[in-house]
Amino acid sequence: MDCPVKPGNDGQQNFGEPMITLYDFELSGNCYKLRLLMNILDVAYGIHPVDFFPGREHKSDWFLRLNPFGQLPVLQDGELTLSDSGAILAYLAKKYDTSGQWFPDDPAVTAEILRWHAVADDITATSSAARLALGYGYNFDIEKSRKGAHRIFRLMDEHLWFGEKSGRDWLCAPSHPTTADIACFPYVMLSEEGGISRQDYPALRRWTDRVRRVPGFVVMSGIFPAGPAKT
Amino acid sequence: MPKAPDPITRDLWHVVAATNELPIGQIETTLLLDRRIALTRGIDGEPVAWLATGEENGDEIDSETVLDRLPVRTAYGYTWTCLGTPSAELFPIPEFAEPDRVNMSCGSIGIHVSAPRAVENFLDMGHFPYVHTDILGSEPHTEVKEYDVEVSEERDEVLATKCKFMQPRAAKSATTAMEVEYVYRVPHPFCSVLYKSCPEDESRRDVIGIFLQPMTEETCRAHLLQSMIDSTSTITDLRRFQQTIFGQDKPILENQYPKKLPLDPRSETPIRADKSAIAYRRWLSQKGITYGVIPQAS
Repeated sequence: MDCPVKPGNDGQQNFGEPMITLYDFELSGNCYKLRLLMNILDVAYGIHPVDFFPGREHKSDWFLRLNPFGQLPVLQDGELTLSDSGAILAYLAKKYDTSGQWFPDDPAVTAEILRWHAVADDITATSSAARLALGYGYNFDIEKSRKGAHRIFRLMDEHLWFGEKSGRDWLCAPSHPTTADIACFPYVMLSEEGGISRQDYPALRRWTDRVRRVPGFVVMSGIFPAGPAKT
Repeated sequence: MPKAPDPITRDLWHVVAATNELPIGQIETTLLLDRRIALTRGIDGEPVAWLATGEENGDEIDSETVLDRLPVRTAYGYTWTCLGTPSAELFPIPEFAEPDRVNMSCGSIGIHVSAPRAVENFLDMGHFPYVHTDILGSEPHTEVKEYDVEVSEERDEVLATKCKFMQPRAAKSATTAMEVEYVYRVPHPFCSVLYKSCPEDESRRDVIGIFLQPMTEETCRAHLLQSMIDSTSTITDLRRFQQTIFGQDKPILENQYPKKLPLDPRSETPIRADKSAIAYRRWLSQKGITYGVIPQAS
């Protein structure tokens, strides 16, 4: 069943027919990336819930017709059907971000963002895998996944620490967040569900606080709002 | 080596899987009371459980070749087994059999906390506005009003009644905020069942069960049951609602310290709203449960 929603008002019926439908699972960090960016950009969308767990509906015939790779999320905008969270983030930003800040045209910045989208996929393959193994019965190698996540978090922590020293608050060079920050955020925040502590990564933790203070930020289950900023 | 579970815990029926999520002809392994057990279903759909001896997830098996079996039973859509001598019947949930109810599993989710901590969190209303903001509670409606708690001698269960809470969105079927009345039962040391006002039918109650599978003393799997009066939502919608709630509880539960539940009344300071938790802890103590808890010093 389609549930049209207004941004920031999940599940509340409205009577306009949004053009965009997100095939979504609430506890998926990759689906959340799109809910988060659409809320920030104030884009109206409808949710089509997919029973990823325990129903494994992402492997059902009807879903495989939408995305033969059998992965969430899928986003439909009018006649267009898109998959892969990083690709969809880029699409949403290029199409609906009037400020042009979330996925800037500058070639060097574009390359930088795509580089971090790839890191985001590595975070999914490690931090999210550990979470799926511990919480949702997946047969992933938990120790290997944790080790991989710690290696990425240490590199991110250094990158962000040096950034703070040079006045850069975000993953990429611009003075504002980009889709790179959205792409990397959820499975950093959900790492503890995979038994991966962020205690040793203070700059990474400060960055997650900054992301949580972006205007239009919304939570997902398992991620709580930031406390008030220190003044 | 983990210590052997206390005899009460050993002889209980324990939930291990949603029956129709068990593969037919394939092995699924899981942990119960520190023991690895293997599960499958025969072509007749009936679950079979045994103590694992090196089997791996996904191995193919004909269940008829399994001779040394653990006792199993299916109830409320779930498979239950016992590592000792099952002494008693499983607790009743009569509503489950009502023909117009939508019954469903909502997933079996691993959590890094003891089973009794998860039961206690399920009983708590104080966290609604802070953890389930704009769904099961919202500020400034944070008061947990006085409610009644008793331990039913006859049924050997903890019962909390007249629990009232103002909820912005009590269920998938709710269209407005409502004051919801809850009844909580703890009919099993590691299971709880709640009854809450049903937005669709004032005369009936939605039933939500949480059945905890104690994997180790500090880890468990939560098996969620919904038995709802809801003529419009799909199973996917109803699962999503419950998983949203549970996904919010998960990090809070996993941050509890210590992970085992302390039964000494002086070890954690309760407030009036914790009346049901106090009764639950005392009940566990009186039963002699030591698995997943820090027993009271004698």
